[in-house]
This record gives sequence, structure tokens and C-alpha cells, in this order.
Amino acid sequence: MKDEIASLLSHELEEQEGKAPVESIGLDKVELLGKLRKLFETQPLAVLATQSETAPYVSLVAFASDEKLKYILFSTTKATRKYENLSANPVVSLLIDNRKNTIEDFRDAVAVTAMGKIEPVEDFERKIMENIYLMKHPHLVDFLHSPTNAFLKIHVEKYIVVTRFQHVVEVSV
Amino acid sequence: MLIPIEELRGNSGKLCGGKASALGFLHRNGMIVPPGTCISTTAYNEYVDRTGLRGRILLEMNRKPFEEMRWEELWDLSEKIKLMFARTPLPPEMEKELEAELFRRFGKKAVAVRSSAPGEDTAKTSFAGVHASYVNIRGTPEILRHLRLVWASLWSDTALLYRKEMGLDIFNSAMAVLVQETVEGRSSGVAFGMSPENKSEAVVEAVYGLNKGLVDGTVEPDRWTLSRETGDIKTHMPAEREKTVVAGNESRGEEGTELKNLPEALKKKPPLTPEEVLEVYSLTGKAEALFGTPQDVEWTFRESTLYTLQSRPITTLLQEDRDEKRRWYLSLRRSFENLKELRAAIEEKYIPAMQAEALDLEKENLSATSDPALAEEIEKRAEIYRKWHDIYWEEFIPFAHGARLFGKVYNETVNPKDPYEFADLLSGTEMLSLERNRKLEEMAGRLREKPELLKGLSAFKENKDKEEPVQENETELENETELENETELENETELENETELENETELENEFRKELEAFISRYGGSYSESPEAKEGLYRLLLEMASRPLLPPVAGKKDPDRIRRLKEKFLSSFEDEKQKFAAELLDLARASYRLRDDDNIYLGKIEAELQRAFLEGRKRLEKRGLKEPEIPPARTFREPALVKELTKALCNPAYRPGPEKLPRKPQIPGTAGITKENVRPRQLLGNPSGPGTAEGHARVILKDSDLFDLKAGEVLICDAVDPNMTFVVPLCAAIVERRGGMLIHGAIIAREYGIPCITGVPDATKLIKNGDYLSVDGYLGIVTVLKRRDL
Repeated sequence: MKDEIASLLSHELEEQEGKAPVESIGLDKVELLGKLRKLFETQPLAVLATQSETAPYVSLVAFASDEKLKYILFSTTKATRKYENLSANPVVSLLIDNRKNTIEDFRDAVAVTAMGKIEPVEDFERKIMENIYLMKHPHLVDFLHSPTNAFLKIHVEKYIVVTRFQHVVEVSV
Repeated sequence: MLIPIEELRGNSGKLCGGKASALGFLHRNGMIVPPGTCISTTAYNEYVDRTGLRGRILLEMNRKPFEEMRWEELWDLSEKIKLMFARTPLPPEMEKELEAELFRRFGKKAVAVRSSAPGEDTAKTSFAGVHASYVNIRGTPEILRHLRLVWASLWSDTALLYRKEMGLDIFNSAMAVLVQETVEGRSSGVAFGMSPENKSEAVVEAVYGLNKGLVDGTVEPDRWTLSRETGDIKTHMPAEREKTVVAGNESRGEEGTELKNLPEALKKKPPLTPEEVLEVYSLTGKAEALFGTPQDVEWTFRESTLYTLQSRPITTLLQEDRDEKRRWYLSLRRSFENLKELRAAIEEKYIPAMQAEALDLEKENLSATSDPALAEEIEKRAEIYRKWHDIYWEEFIPFAHGARLFGKVYNETVNPKDPYEFADLLSGTEMLSLERNRKLEEMAGRLREKPELLKGLSAFKENKDKEEPVQENETELENETELENETELENETELENETELENETELENEFRKELEAFISRYGGSYSESPEAKEGLYRLLLEMASRPLLPPVAGKKDPDRIRRLKEKFLSSFEDEKQKFAAELLDLARASYRLRDDDNIYLGKIEAELQRAFLEGRKRLEKRGLKEPEIPPARTFREPALVKELTKALCNPAYRPGPEKLPRKPQIPGTAGITKENVRPRQLLGNPSGPGTAEGHARVILKDSDLFDLKAGEVLICDAVDPNMTFVVPLCAAIVERRGGMLIHGAIIAREYGIPCITGVPDATKLIKNGDYLSVDGYLGIVTVLKRRDL
């Protein structure tokens, strides 16, 4: 079934060839991380997956990352399911992608799954982390500073990068 | 970002707005306009994008569908947004660029900073008086500060309402701003090239000084009509010339304008000579020739030079309709003077009269009257209630603007982080509802100290439960309640007399008397409802069963209030401090009265209800039952009052079921059982900071209030002051009705309880017993656990 769809797609895509060149992901880690950094800058929202006792739970969050892509920052109010889940189990994954929900996505879209663990933002780094976050999301200043809000960082172990529908590479940071 | 007037072209409307474009056009065609420059919408867009304000506005605007917002909520919204603009500086590079250019052009000269929004002043829409304009501003930092205030006025309550009403785009609007040298005219005014009332005439209106006084309605103008055909003056209606608006004193470094008494010599002399009237009229002619349609022109004379300040098409289309609406918007901001008059009337006339009338009614012994006399009494009371109800809406509610007017002034001068800081300064005053709540807490305290009293009350309650297992209808309940109050309590007392010490009985009697006095003083319709006394007992038991609440700290701290007051007053120069103090005094009265008056009206309402219930009782004695008798809850409805009194006067008369109200039905839902979605997280407006968790107590009818347990979250449609006695028991308040200055929010702030207002469908979606988390900082209520079913 998947193959059937794929064959249909490639036909569609051939016609569009040349309009938007396929993003190529090379072997070089530094180059790849550079591309990811650019991708992250263009995407305000990502899909966060947490784990409840019985099932995974996904939600949209506004995120930002540090220069080295070692950390991904986000914030949530504490009376939420995701906060309850990650308080019990800090292992999470996060999907960042640039899909437009069109057929071209199968050729052009990049989808990155970050895997890591939630760590609290420590006092010594809070100021700089907040700056990073608010540079990208200045309108969330009230949200971030509410006493009911938790500011969190994902310590990323690795990124799984999908291009051209099925080309998948991994990179650890 | 900056485009000088002389460089403006006809197609600059999107960048510079109608006002600036029109002036550019007039300038190019040889008319005299004050020199100036336009700060285009590009600057606005850059500012809101780079500072994140665009996103913050979006988040604030989207708390609730715009169509569902009450104007109070719009007011809150616009105050919040205005403070965002006032507290967010321009990005440094942008500031540098604007500063350099503005300084080069204007130096230290006085300028006007005026709105020129795209879409403003077309033939179909006129935003006259809707957006902000500031005159007599000096120095670049001040120009830039006022620039942000004019930008903010794009989001003022009036501007939002206007756009909403006119069907204009609210979210994608941007604002251009015109900075022009102030021309300190000796006489100024407006001129209509064609009178909106008579197409063959033109109108010239003029005042001494700046035309701000004319435009905002504080100075009455002289008015001339002219024939469009001959250009001759037809009539002159002189004004009672008393005041003039002039620019603030330059030598004292004053900005803005001042309203002054007109010198005696000028009072007798019209602001324009007939020749000057004709000169102004010819200005409208030129403008009409240039634009191709009759124009509405603002002008000013400096010595003998006539300047055009503004020209826009006359909005003849739907003129009346729009004027009507605009008047209403503008009347939302009653002026200080109007409010002062209103206050005097309320404090000196209405409230004493209302109290006296309630007292008179209270004295009547209704059970001793004949049926026809009772019918007459009910009619009389219904009439009195309607009278006060109308006065309440026409006089008392507009007076609430006093607090809002103060809020605006406070926010503009103090620029606080929290847009509702001013409410703390106002709430330092004593409110009747707080006095009542304290009294209630005192009584609960007595119960706590003297468990024997508690026992007496509990025994009474248990007895009642035993003897009256199910209450089928209100008739029975009512009789029983009466019985309880008069007979059973006595029995109880007698019983106790035999077994307990006498002084305990005395204590108990005293306590009961205190309760009666409490009800009489704070009355309200709740205490007159059949279940109310019993409810009050239950509530007192509930209050006594938990430890004494710690005194509310922080908000009411007198030192803090004093500091806030000093902060406010010190923002004003010497003479203006007097005005500021007066305004604060007025606002405090407004804030306090808005709460108290409701309790006074509640008393009148309770007296109508008392007579209505007596009437129902008489009919029941004749053997009538519902639906032949109007239900107890319908006592406010004139048609049903009429049915009741008719039946009282005429024993043969039977109110038919068709005359009685049916349960209200939501249109289109007849016969359909609708399944609602289940709430998880609902959004409202944060109206009292703090967080709390607790079980929901949903108030669907008055008597539900008495079931409230300590630590529950009160979920209601609208808190009215007669309800607020339960507030000290609540962990938090969630209210459907929106607004930061509504009773629920006021009282929650007073007690430091988290509060969220403006949650649509709160009482429908949240169920009794749901376990909630209330976030009073962000305005979020979360259903953590649904009640077990």
C-alpha cells in the first residue's frame, strides 16, 4: 500500500522537478546541524510527545534551541497533562518539521525527531535561556513569567532526520 | 518610515492614512497647512513585529471571540493593550532613526501628534474622535512617547467598537501618525461645505483658542449657516461664550492643553468677523473643488493667516445612524463634570430616598391586610421596584464609569505594570458588602467559640431534615419554613430551657436576634427567598466548622494604599494635583457605590418579593396550586404580578396556564437532547492573581449558594453583590460574565482570591463536583478530574 502511494507520488513529483530542488542531506555532521539550526529558526511550533502510564500523549509547544542544539527549550503551565506526564517520566521526544501539508512535502519536507530527557532550567542559566526563548517568541513574555508556568529544557541525546519521505539519518549531540 | 507632508502623493493612503494624504494633496495645490511629517504604517508594523507586541495583542484579543465581548471586556482589553504600548520602548535602532529625523525637523517646537489611520476619514467611515491626538508636545522623547500612545489608540475600546460596528478589519489594522507644528490659533473651528441637515446650506462653527474644545464638546461654538448658492451668511447663532482651550504654558514647560475662562472682553464678541466667516467658507469651496466632493474642514486663524488643519469628505451616507452610534461610543466616557453631578444626585438624592422607601415597605404588616389591599400593595411595590430599577440603569450604572475614567488617567500617568493596580487604590474604601461579610464572619466566630450554640443550630437543622424528607413544591416548603421559624424554633428553645442553663438560651436568643438584624440590614432578595434563612444557618455552620480565616494581607495593607496614592498624586504638577485628588475621590465613590447600590436595590426587590409571596400564600389558602399561581421566581415580571393581583381581587379569576411563563428554551433545540463536549481547559480573563484547586460549586439558582462548602470553587454566571457573602469561603471564583471591574473581580481582589472572569459557558460546561485548578495569573481553569458519576 505504501509503495503504491509512493509510486503515485513520484509521478506527481516528476512534473514539479526543477521548481524546488530536493534538499540534500550530506554526511557531514556540522553541516547537518547547521541546516537543522536554520530549520528550527523557521519553525515556531513543534510536537512534543510525553508518556502517561498507559499511552503516549502529544501536544504542540512553542520551542527554541540553543546555538549548539544541545538543548531545546519550551514552557507549559503546570495544570496540564503534558506537565503531569513529564513530571512522572522525563523521557520525551519532539517533532520539528517544515511540512506545508501539500503533496510536495514528500519531496521537500524535512522532519526532525529529537529524543531526550527533560531537565529543569537551573538558576545560573535561567536568564540566558529566557533570552533565547523570548528572542524567538517575544509575545510569550507574560506566559513565560507567570508563576503557574514551568520553563523546561530538553537535554537532547540525538536527532533523527527524515528527508525525501524515507531517507533517515541520525545525529547525536 | 518618515514622509514629509510635501512629499505625500495621492496614492499614499495605505502608508500614511487619509488625514495625512489629504493634507499633502491640499499643500501641493497651494493651500496653507501647518508643516509636518508622517510616520508611516511601516514604522508601526516594524515596531509591533520586532517587539513581539503583534503576538501579544493577538493573544489578548483571542481569549474570547470578539463578537461575544461585552464593552466592559473591550475596555479592559484596550487598557491592557495601551499599557503594552506605553511600557514597550521602540527598538534602539528604530528609535535612533526616528529621533534624528524628528529633531532635525521640529527641534523644540511644539507639535501635534495625530492619528492618520488608513481607512479613517473616507466617505463611508469617519473615525473623528475615535483615535487619539495630542497637541502641544515638545521635544523628541515626548513626541516618541506620544507616538506610541497614538499607535495604542488603534486598540482603544471606542476604536474597537467602531470597527466592529462598521464591519472593518480589526486584526490587520495599522496606524500612521502625523506630526505637525502646532499652530496656536486665536480662533479655530470646523466648516461643512454642505450641511448634513440641509443640502443647500454650508455651516461654519468657531470657538476662541484651539478647536480641541469644539471637537470634544467642552466648548460651545458660534454657528453660522451660509447659502451654497449665493455664498451669503444666512444665520448666526451666537454661543454662550465662557471657556476656551489654549496650549499649556511654554515658559512653565507645560504640555497639552488647558481649559480656561474666556476674558470678559471676548465673551461679547464672536470669534470670527463676517468677513472671516466668508474666508473660511471659501476654504471649503477650494477643498471641494480639489477633492470633488463636499468637505468637512478643520481650520484655525493665526493672526490673519488661515490654516487648514484637516479636510475629509462629509459623511452624508447613513449620517444619522452613524452619529447615533458615535454619540453612544463617546458617551461611554462621561466627562468628569458629568460624573460629579451624577455622584451628587446618587449620594444626596437617590440613595437616601431608596433607603427610606425600603424602610417604609419593611414596616408594613402584610399578613394583616385584606386580599384587595394586598393586591394594591403588590402593584405599588412592583411600581416602586420598576422605578428604582430604571434609575439604577440610567443613573447608577453610568456612574461606574467614574472608576474607569480614573483607571485611564492612572494608567496614563503612572504607567504601572499591572493595568488594574488602580483598583487596589480604589478598593481601600469601605464597601457595604465587606462590612456584611465581616459581620457574618463574626457570627461564625461566636459559633466557633460557643459550641453549645452550634449544637442548637445543628439540632434544628437535623430536626428539619428528619421531619421534611422531600419538598415537592414551593408551597409546602414555604409553609414549613415559616413554621420552622416561628414555631419549631420556639419548641426547640423550650426544650432546651428544660435541660440547659438559662443563660445559654439567652445567648441563643440573642444570637437569633442578631441573625434577624443581619437579614434586615443586609437583606437583599436572597434572604427573603423561602430557603434563605435555613440556607444562612447552613452557611454559618459551614463557616464555623473551619478555622478562622487569616486576615487578608497585602492588598488592603494601608501602607501600600498610601504609597499608591502618593505615586499617583505625585505624577501631577501643583495645581493639577487638586484635580487628581478630586478624581480619586470620585472614583472611590464610584467603585464603592457600584457595589452598595446593588445591595440597596436588592432590599427593594426583597420587599416586592415579600408581598408577592404573601399573595401566593393567600391563593394557596383558597386551594389554588401551580400552574394556576405564578411561580415564586416570577415576582419581577409585570405581567405575572398582574395575574396574581387580579386573582387576589377576584376570587373567580383563574390565571390560565397560557399566561404563565414556560421554561426558557434555546431556539432550535426543542426535542433534541444535546450532548455537550466535556471541558478540560477553559480560557477567560485573569481577574484576581493566584492559584487554587478545589471542587466546583456551580450556581444555577440563588439557593445553590447556601450549599457552598469551604474551599470550593464558585462557578457562576455573574456574581452580584447580594451573593458575595460566600466569597470568603471560596477557594476561587470563575465567572461567565467578563470584566475586571465587575463585582466578582472586585471582591476577589479584596480578599486576595484567584478569579477568572469572562469564561463563556462556564456554568454549562463545568459540573458540580468537578475537581478544578484555577490559574488566576493567566486566566485558565482546568478540569483536573471530572466528578464521579
